[in-house]
Formats: sequence, structure tokens, C-alpha cells
Amino acid sequence: MMADNGPDAMFVAGGTDLYPNMKRRQQTPKVVIGLTHVNELRTAKGQPKDGVVLGANVTLSEVTNDPRIRDAYPAVARAAELISTPLLRNMGSIGGNLLLDTRCNYYDQNYEWRKAIHFCMKKDGEICWVAPSSPRCWAVQSSDCAPVMVAIGARVKLVSTSGERMITAAELYNDDGIRHLNKRPDELLTEIHLPPVNGWRATYWKLRRRGSFDFPVLGVAVWLKLSKDGTVEDSKIILGGVGSHPIQAITAERMIAGKKLTEELIRDAAQAAYQPAKPLDNTDFAMTWRKEMARFYVAGTLRELAAQN
Amino acid sequence: MAGNNGGKRGLRVVGKPFVKVDAKAKCIGELKYADDLFLPRMLHTKLLRSTVPHARIISIDVSKAKAYPGVHAALTGADLPPITYGALPVSEDEYPLAIGKVRMVGDPVAAIAAVDEDVATEALDLIDVQYEPLPVVTSIQDAYSMPEPRIHEYGELGNIHRRQVYEFGSVEAGFAEADHVREDITFYEGSTHLALEQHASLAQFSHDGKLTLWTSTQDMHYLHRHLAKVLEMPASHIRVIATPNGGGFGGKCDPFNHEIVVCKLAMVTGRPVKICLTREEVFYCHRGRHPVLMSTKTGYKKDGSITAMHHRTILDGGAYGGHGVASTFYTGILQPTTYTLPNYRFEAVRVFTNKAPCGPKRGHGTPQPRWAQEIQMDKIADHLGLDPAEIRKQHAIAPNSITANWIRIGTLSLRQCIDKVVAGSGWKDKFRKLPHGKGIGIACSAYMTGTQTPIYYNKLPHSGVQLKLDRSGGVCVFCGSAEIGQGSDSILAYIVAEVLGIDPFDIRVVTGDTDLTPVDLGSYSSRVTLMTGNAAIEAAERVRHMLREAVSAKLEVPGERLSFADRRVFDSQNPDKGVSFVDAVCLAEEKYGTLGTTGSYKPPAAPGKYKGSTIGPSPAFSCTAAIAEVEVHPETGIVVVPRVWIAHDIGQAINPVLAVGQIEGCVYMGLGEALMEEMTYRGNRNLVHKFPSFLEYKSPTTLEMCDVITYLVEEPDANGPFGAKEVGQGPQLPVPPAIANAIYDAVGVRVDEIPLTPDKVLKAIRAKAKGQEGRYGPSVFPTCPMPPAMVVPTPFQGGDGKALEREPAVSKK
Amino acid sequence: MKPLGKNGRKKLEKVHIRLRVNGEETEVAFAPHKTLLEVLREDLRLTGTKHGCELGECGCCAVLVDGRPVLSCLALGVAMEGHEITTVEGMAVGTELHPLQQTFAELGAAQCGYCTPGILLTAKALLETNSRPSRDEIKEALAGNLCRCTGYIKILEAVELAAARMAGGQAEPAKETIYGWE
Ligand SMILES: Cc1cc2nc3c(=O)[nH]c(=O)nc-3n(C[C@H](O)[C@H](O)[C@H](O)COP(=O)(O)OP(=O)(O)OC[C@H]3O[C@@H](n4cnc5c(N)ncnc54)[C@H](O)[C@@H]3O)c2cc1C
Ligand code: SF4
Ligand code: FES
Ligand code: FES
Repeated sequence: MMADNGPDAMFVAGGTDLYPNMKRRQQTPKVVIGLTHVNELRTAKGQPKDGVVLGANVTLSEVTNDPRIRDAYPAVARAAELISTPLLRNMGSIGGNLLLDTRCNYYDQNYEWRKAIHFCMKKDGEICWVAPSSPRCWAVQSSDCAPVMVAIGARVKLVSTSGERMITAAELYNDDGIRHLNKRPDELLTEIHLPPVNGWRATYWKLRRRGSFDFPVLGVAVWLKLSKDGTVEDSKIILGGVGSHPIQAITAERMIAGKKLTEELIRDAAQAAYQPAKPLDNTDFAMTWRKEMARFYVAGTLRELAAQN
Repeated sequence: MAGNNGGKRGLRVVGKPFVKVDAKAKCIGELKYADDLFLPRMLHTKLLRSTVPHARIISIDVSKAKAYPGVHAALTGADLPPITYGALPVSEDEYPLAIGKVRMVGDPVAAIAAVDEDVATEALDLIDVQYEPLPVVTSIQDAYSMPEPRIHEYGELGNIHRRQVYEFGSVEAGFAEADHVREDITFYEGSTHLALEQHASLAQFSHDGKLTLWTSTQDMHYLHRHLAKVLEMPASHIRVIATPNGGGFGGKCDPFNHEIVVCKLAMVTGRPVKICLTREEVFYCHRGRHPVLMSTKTGYKKDGSITAMHHRTILDGGAYGGHGVASTFYTGILQPTTYTLPNYRFEAVRVFTNKAPCGPKRGHGTPQPRWAQEIQMDKIADHLGLDPAEIRKQHAIAPNSITANWIRIGTLSLRQCIDKVVAGSGWKDKFRKLPHGKGIGIACSAYMTGTQTPIYYNKLPHSGVQLKLDRSGGVCVFCGSAEIGQGSDSILAYIVAEVLGIDPFDIRVVTGDTDLTPVDLGSYSSRVTLMTGNAAIEAAERVRHMLREAVSAKLEVPGERLSFADRRVFDSQNPDKGVSFVDAVCLAEEKYGTLGTTGSYKPPAAPGKYKGSTIGPSPAFSCTAAIAEVEVHPETGIVVVPRVWIAHDIGQAINPVLAVGQIEGCVYMGLGEALMEEMTYRGNRNLVHKFPSFLEYKSPTTLEMCDVITYLVEEPDANGPFGAKEVGQGPQLPVPPAIANAIYDAVGVRVDEIPLTPDKVLKAIRAKAKGQEGRYGPSVFPTCPMPPAMVVPTPFQGGDGKALEREPAVSKK
Repeated sequence: MKPLGKNGRKKLEKVHIRLRVNGEETEVAFAPHKTLLEVLREDLRLTGTKHGCELGECGCCAVLVDGRPVLSCLALGVAMEGHEITTVEGMAVGTELHPLQQTFAELGAAQCGYCTPGILLTAKALLETNSRPSRDEIKEALAGNLCRCTGYIKILEAVELAAARMAGGQAEPAKETIYGWE
């Protein structure tokens, strides 16, 4: 069906991202292809020791309440639980969440509003109003689960009439507000493969104005592999909500590699991690404060994981 | 028991927690709000709104839209008479659809009536409007520096809409007497009502030439007058029905363009026409809290008593007048009603900008000056080393007094309110004693219970109630008040039931219908319970008199011995001797013929005689004390408010559970304004509202709401029905400053600007750590030429309420 | 939410489907782009379900689908075939109010009443899975329903009171809830 309709068709799962965007005429597919009745997409399979496979259409509430996820992948459960509201989590899917459109205060507005600012590059216009001199769109990656999936090394299965492919979550994202996904429109996301649980630990912290409704204006996902004596063997520090893709804080990761997480090291790593965060004035809160918070949040997540035994 | 004064005073209905008369209809989904109404052949309307903030309209072409299948009518400003309207007679500056120019993004330019909303929306795309852009006035600073182009021609000076200068007593003399003088510049950001119900209206024009409008309005009476004016129809041919409002908070007080437009469309098409605004459009209606920049210079003595205050305000009014002139007065005129203030000078300026117009939101114009004074009081107490609760208590205004600006205060138990929250919160053990990051703060307020004068000049009653009784024993109350969730329908039933000795559920209440109900001015200024209540008492007492006469004749018991209770009329000395209420009504109907009485209410005259003295006075003043507890995270600046203690002098709670609910709602709204709500604009790309949506305009959810410990203090006021005073607005006032003061207690910094967002708090904390002033807030107060003050000698100076000659020279600052 | 082509009007045909609403089967024909909210209010005239944004941002429009609270403004009517829908009109049994409806009325938890239907249904779903929720659990469950009138407190108290009554108690509200503190 997708093949028939070409680029004018879009898949829809829970619709909690696509339908508001359609109502505001940000996304204007001629056809939407509902996925709710595809049962294969609605199940979660497998056990943590080999890795759990989530069907793309599993709802966020189901992810949060699945005992396997709660116990073995608490960072995933936590990210899902912090999304939107209980009502929306009953509708929104994990797949839709990973494919969430990027967001921007100049773009998530209705047609008339956007007309009043003469539109922007992401839809119907030419210029980026956040950074008018820039050739690209800086809309923000705002999915809570995306940074977690990147941090823990989850993989996703994409299926189309021309075959299927597995890519890592990190490969799914692109640093561009418009072409933010490395996925063709006709590719269906079917499965999310969570890695086997074998001694790593991870957590997710979310910054937003209110305890519900609000998208992240910063999300920090950290994945660590510690040796018995607490030395960092491997790590991933991923920042969400502060760029067009989940941002990897490589300098900070290198800084902690092979070392024990002392308070001093945590502070230095946090200092290094907050550098790549590039919040712009297109979400809630003052952008300088958001950037500041990256430091505090990275330190907090590292402390939390270091303290876990 | 607190809150149960009614029982003590021998009242049977008043003071009891009766279920609201409309509560069950609300809980089963049966109550019909405006958008729930459907009529056969009904058309739907969409408005084309301006996408430019300030421009001349060169041309509008609706021909394509008109020809679109499914469209029944397309209107522009040219299709309506060029008659302006607006909430206040001094600033009638709005057209239903723009004529000549647009003044903000969101101004309606054209209207479509079509078979459904989709078709109407599609037709909007076919309308071609050519604009010639004009320079845009974005802020107070712009309005001061850009006299041209003028947004409106009638303002006082360039883009300055209104200036007011009053001096009561002599501030110069007061400052001379003071031990210290301090000036604080503070800012209170604008916010909107965000009622959950989007405004909706349905109009029907019948073939006998009569027009009916069902609409979500708080002020049906004023709307009625404006419709008559703009549609050039006799008011008697127009019927306005105020449907139950899904929240108002002042946002549905103004007459709105869409209300007039659907009427006109119904007249043009001959079919019922409905509109329901989108959430974004509701942001364009706005009429919410004005952003106000304030400078408050205060002289005080060592004991904390205030000798003089010079209070200046500048209001960013947005694109239209609306209630703005009144709002401007309110940013100063109630300042002397909380603490003793012998000399007071007040200068206020309202400017026009190309933004959605501001107006009355809960507390109308007073939360801003209250914020300024209450955070300043905290600084004064700190400076003098005094307890901020004590200093407030000592200098709280005395009951039964007259203020420097000639406002008469009746009962006022502010001291008792302070005692309640101080004791309840454990203030003495907490203030300046909590660990770093935790803090506690106090603030107080007083608020009016209705205004002394109506919006347009007249000597008619402010509120009317009609009672109809018949042989069935049924009692029907008719009143023009509008139910917006505050329980005004129920109050009528309770009061009539109390007087007639029957149950509230024996009574049917009909409100908000200009054909059926006598005039009431509407749900604003906390006037409804007091004014409709007094009118209801008068009507009920008149009918009780008739029943008494009839029963007295029948039972041969002197009228004054008859009691009305438990649905009976009986001899108070021999309770067995009596008749049922139904029989009493029959006897009266037999004696007098068809039964019906009326009652009306008009507030007593105020002692002030100077021009402008009619704004501020009220039949009764409520007062409130609030203590907030906060947790401030020193590394992020994030503020959490776990708890608020609040005591409110309500005079007499007609229904305690509803009164407590109003106070909790006030705390909620104060909390939202204090921590997150802001109505802000993007100046870089045209002047658009930054985020006209429920998601990005932040309002507290269940998770941000604090615990509230409420104390009802009941000090009946002679002017209130059974002594009742207001509770719907006043309790919001002290909440934001109490939170700001608690932040100071927690981390030692002052944030003199609402909302108290974490970035501001963190900046102040960082500044303090660097040895700079631990403060975030405005530091410059721009000035503009001001007219001479109206100087009024105070009661303390032996004045007579009249003004002296105006000051000779133009004041400097 | 009809996909709009600029100037181009699409000819859309109505779908005719069978819905189960409040325990009753009904047949209804509507344009396929209509949301469940629109179908309920406009085609079935069940106007008890309210709307405050139609973008998923307020919670007014919550209804139960197979017992789970969801937002009717973001669900398509056509997707509802085969599902059991409950609206506020379906909460009372005959003239017997649901305990939540009763306690909301008693405590004045419905001020303007506009958020009430969505909140009642969300709370009903909560009490069906958790019969004695803590105050924090109620706050969590209702965190997607905005109310501008009450400050939520009477709402939370009413849910607690209803839970106590449904558990078989003769529960009465606390004195402070009704009269304030001494
Ligand atoms: C008020 C509000 C608050 C929100 N808050 C948050 C928040 O805090 N954090 C957050 O992360 N999100 C938030 N969301 C966004 C959204 O609800 C969630 O991200 C949700 O998980 C999206 O899932 P969905 O199934 O509803 O997506 P849909 O809207 O159905 O789809 C989203 C996108 O993915 C595509 N798509 C969906 N499934 C597939 C598939 N299987 N294969 C290929 N393409 C597919 C769609 O075409 C669409 O482009 C919020 C939304 C609202 C309305
Ligand atoms: S970042 Fe720029 S281009 Fe992208 S959505 Fe925002 S304003 Fe438009
Ligand atoms: S109407 Fe607001 S969430 Fe559906
Ligand atoms: S009762 Fe009015 S919004 Fe909740």
C-alpha cells in the first residue's frame, strides 16, 4: 500500500504526533496508513538475557508496565514513563516515539501563525528563524526514548517492499532538523531490539517545566559498563533535546574511560559533556539555562549510576 | 467550627455544604455549554485573522470564498456598519471585523459561514487580503519612543493610551517624616485566563425579526447593549442567553467580535450560525493580566509604619482599550486598603502595543501592585530586623475606617487571618530557621466585593431578582447573573431557601437570559454573591411578608410570631400550629392573586467626591493572609512549592465547601502566575504570540499544585447578604509575593519579577555568590510626560473627599 | 483533521460503521477523517465529552476505549470499530450516579464542570485497576487532565472519598475538606 502512494502517504501508529501535526498543517500526507491492526507490531518478545524485542506498536504504557522492561531495562521504562501524559501514553507507541518529528517553537504552530512569520524552512518557507544565517534547520530531537536507545545500543528493524535492514538506533538519526531520520518514507519500523542485559547499567534524566505533558528540553541518557572495582570499561553519554539528533558527549566518555568515577572526575566529565549541547531559542526555557543544566544533569546521572551496586 | 458560622447564627441553609444546584448535571455530562448546542440547518463560522501585527488594509477579496461550494456567506468589515464598541464607554475602539487597518496578529478581517467547519476553513484560504505594513509597537519602551504611527487616534499622547495621576495627602511631607525611604522597581508578567472552554456562540435570527444569541459570556448585560449598538437594532429585539461558562476568570467579560459576527451572519443567511474558537484564537481574545512595570517608593519608620508611598505603574495594554482604563486605576487605587498609608501618590500609564489586548483577569489590576508592595514589605522588615508577619499585623488597616483615597472599609479581620496562618504554619519555628534551600514567606491582601459604580453611567440597580411562586408551592428565582463555575446559581437558591424556610432543591433557578431575567451586571469584580444575594433577600423578604400576612389571617396568629422553617410556616410559640409551605403559598395566592416579587440592589454611595473616586470603593472588603513554603534548588534555581497556608476573611461563607474550593482555585492560579505562566511574544519575527497553545503556555498540573491549608475567617459585614464578602479573587493576590518572599528566606536572593523561573533564580544566586547584589529584576523605570496630579486631602488631614485645584506644574518624574 | 490541499476540495465519502458506545450498539455514518471526539459530539450528540484544544494538550476530551482512558481528539472514529467506548453519559447506571459523580458533586470538585467528564473517566479507569490509590497515585493518574478552576484539591479528595465508598465504607469527607481548618 505504501509503495502505491509514494511520498504522499505516511504511516500512523498512535497518531499522537502525526495528527496534531496534520491539524496544524505541518505534515500534510494525502493518505495515512493505520498500523493499529497489525498484530505483529503489538507484541514484546524475548527475555532480557538474550535481549527483548519490542514491536513498534507497543504502547508507551505497555512498555512502562512490562515487568521485563521495568526490571531489566529501567532506563527505557523510565524514559517511556516520563513521556507526555498517562492518557497519551495509552495511545502513543514506542515506534512512533523513536520516529517523532523534530520540534521547534517556530514550527509547532498552526498554519496562520506560521504564515504570520512567513513560514520557515522546515515547512513552506525558506529561512530558519532560529538561526537565520544558517543553511539548515535546527529543530530539536524531542523523543525521550531516542537518547536511551542510542545509549544502550538498541537496534531497529526497517522493512519495505525492497527488503528489510537492521540498523543501530544511533544510525537512525541525522543531525538535521528536516532530514532527521535515516529512514525512507516507505520503510516501516517493525521492531526495536534491546540489547542483552549482561552487566551494564543505564539511566535517563529528563528536564522539563512540568511533571507531565512537556517534551524534554534536555534528556540525558547514560550507559556504563563498570568493572568489579568500579573502573569505567565502556560508556555512552547521550544528550537529547538539545540538538537535532541525540548528541554523543565523546570527550566526556573518553575522559572517564579506564577511571573510577570519583566526584572530581564526575564534575570534569560533566563540564566536558555540556560543551557539545547546542540549545537554541526554539523550545521552552531560556537557552543559556538549558545549556547550564546539561552539566548538572550529566553529573547527576553519573553519580546515580556510580552509586548503584 | 471555623467556616460554620451559619450554624452558630441560627441559619439553616447559609453556612451549610449543600450540593450545588447544577453539580449533578455537570457530573453526568448533561449541562449544555455553548458549543454543545445544535440547531437544525445550523451553519459554522470561521474567522480569517490578520497575519500581520500592524498594517493598513489595502484590499480584501472574498469573491472566490463566496463562490466556494458549501459557503453561505462571507463578511468583511464593509458589511457591518462602521460602529465601534468596547467594554468601557471611554475606549470603544473595536470593530467586529477590521476596517481600514489591523492592529495585531489575530485581528479578525473576514468571516465565512459554511455548512461545516472544514468547508469554512477551506474557504478562508481563498480570501485574498493585501496589507501595507506599518511599524510595529512591541513594548512599553517602543510605545514611549514611537509616538507614530499611532495604533489608535484617540489615546492621550502618541501610543500612550491613558495617564492617571493622583496624590492623596502629601508624599513629600510623608517622606520627610520617614526614618528610611526605599524605592523598588518590579515587574509582573502578563498571563491569560486559559479557561478550558473555548469561547463559543450560536446566533439565530427569526423571521419576526428577533435575534437570539447563546454565548459563553460572563457579562451578558453589557454584551446586550453592544449588540444593539453595533447591529443597529433595538435591544428589546435581541435576546442574549449566557450559557454556563466552562471557566471565565475575567476572560469572557468583554463583548467579543465573534459574538457580533455570528449575529450578523445569522441575519444575513437566515440560518442559525455557530462559532467555536480554536485554542489559538482564545489566546487572541485574551483580555488577561496586563504586564506591569512598577516603581514603588516608600517612606517608613523604625517600627515599620509607612509614612508615604509614591507608586508608579506602566501597563502594556495591547492593541485595544477593553477594560484597560479600569485596569490602570486598579494598579494603584486599592494599594491603601491593606496597610495604613497616610500619604499616597499614584501615577499610572497604559500604552498601546500591537499585541492581544489585556483586561480583567482574576484580581483585575491588583495582583501586580500587591506583588510590588508585599515584596517591598518583606525587604522593609528585613532591613529593620522585624518579623514580616508582625510588621504586617501591626500596620494592617483598621476595620471600619476610611483610607487616604477615601475608600470605606467595613469589617476586615486581617490580623486574625495573619494569626491563623502564622500558628498553622509554625512560622515562628521556621522563619529564617530552615536549612539552606528551604524557606517560608508571608504576604497579605484586601479585595473588593463588587464595585460601587457600573461600567456605564446610570443610576439603575446593579442587580435584580424576581421571584415567582404559585399554588404548587414551587419557587422560581430569576436573575440575570451568569454562572461561570463559581456557584452563583446555587447562591440564589440557598439565600431564597434560607429566607423562606424551604430546601434549596425546592427552588428552580433561571439565570442569564435577557428576555427572562431581570438585569444583573455580570460575573466580574467579585460582585455576584453580594449584589444578587442582597437583591434575592429583598425579593424573598417581600414574598415572605405576603405569606406571613396570609397565614396570620388564617391561623389567627400575629404575623411577627410566625416562623419559616422545614417547609412550614408556624407559630414560633406553638410550633405545632402551622401550615405547610405549599398551603401558605396557596393562602397568599388566594389573598393577593398571582404571586411575584422583585428585589434590587445598588451599592451605597462612597465618601470620595473627586473625579475618579468611583473606582475602588466597594460595599465590602475581604482580606487574606498567605504563607508559602518553598524548596529552592541552589544549583538549578528550580523552585518547588509544597504547601500554602491561607486564611481568608469571607464575612460569612454562604456555602463553606464552595468557599474553600474558590480559595484553593485562587492559590492554584497564583501559583501558576508565580512559577510559570507568561503571555509573551516574539518580536524578531513579526509580533506573534510566542506559544498560543495549551502545551507551551505552561499551567500547573496535579503534580505542580501545592497542598493548601485553608482557614475561613468569618467576620460578617453589614453590607453583605447574611454578612458575606467575596472569595473568588482576593485569595489569589498574596500567593505570588508569599512565594517570592519564601525564596528569599530559602536562598537569600530577591527575584523582583514574575514568573519566578529557574533561570532568574539561578542568576540571582550566582550574582550573590560573586558578591554582587543577589537580585534579579528590572532596574530602569522609563518616564513619559505626565499631567498634573489631582490632589485630594485625606480624611486624616480633615479633607472632605473633594480634590483641590490641580497641581500647577507638570510633574518631573 | 482533513488532509487539506491548498484550494483543492476533496470529495470524501462517508463511512458507515457500527460503534459500541456506553454498552449500546449504534450505527453511524461520518466522514472518515473525523475524530472520535467529533463523531461522539456531532454525530451521536453525546456532548458530555468536551474539548479544550483538540491537540492532545488538555485532557478534556478523555473517554474510555476498552476501559483505558484515551484522548478522543487524537483518535479517529473509523479506528473505533470493534472497541467498547465509554463516555461520561455512560457512567451512571439508570438514575444511580457512579460514586465518583456523587463525590464530585458533594465536594464541589466540578466548579465550571468543563474538565469534569474527562477527569471522571480517567479516575474511573484508575479505580478499576487500583481500588485504593494513594494521593500521589491519583495525582499521577490525573496528570494529563488540566483543570483551571479547582486547583485539583477537591478533585483529589473526591476520588479518595469515592474509593473509600466503593470499598464498602460509609466514608464521609474530612471536616477540613468542607469547612477549612480550625
Ligand atoms: C501534548 C503532548 C505531549 C507529548 N510529550 C512528549 C514527551 O514528553 N516526550 C516524547 O518523547 N513525546 C511526547 N509526545 C509525542 C508523542 O505522543 C510520542 O512521541 C508518541 O510516542 C508518538 O507515538 P505515536 O504512536 O502516537 O506516533 P504517530 O503520531 O503515530 O507517529 C509518529 C511518526 O512516526 C511515524 N511512524 C509511526 N509508527 C511507524 C512505524 N511503525 N513505521 C514507520 N513510521 C512510523 C509516523 O508516520 C509519524 O511520522 C507528546 C505529544 C503530545 C500531543
Ligand atoms: S529550526 Fe529553523 S527551520 Fe527548523 S523548524 Fe525551527 S525555525 Fe524552522
Ligand atoms: S481536546 Fe484537549 S486533549 Fe483532546
Ligand atoms: S472545574 Fe473548571 S476547569 Fe476544572
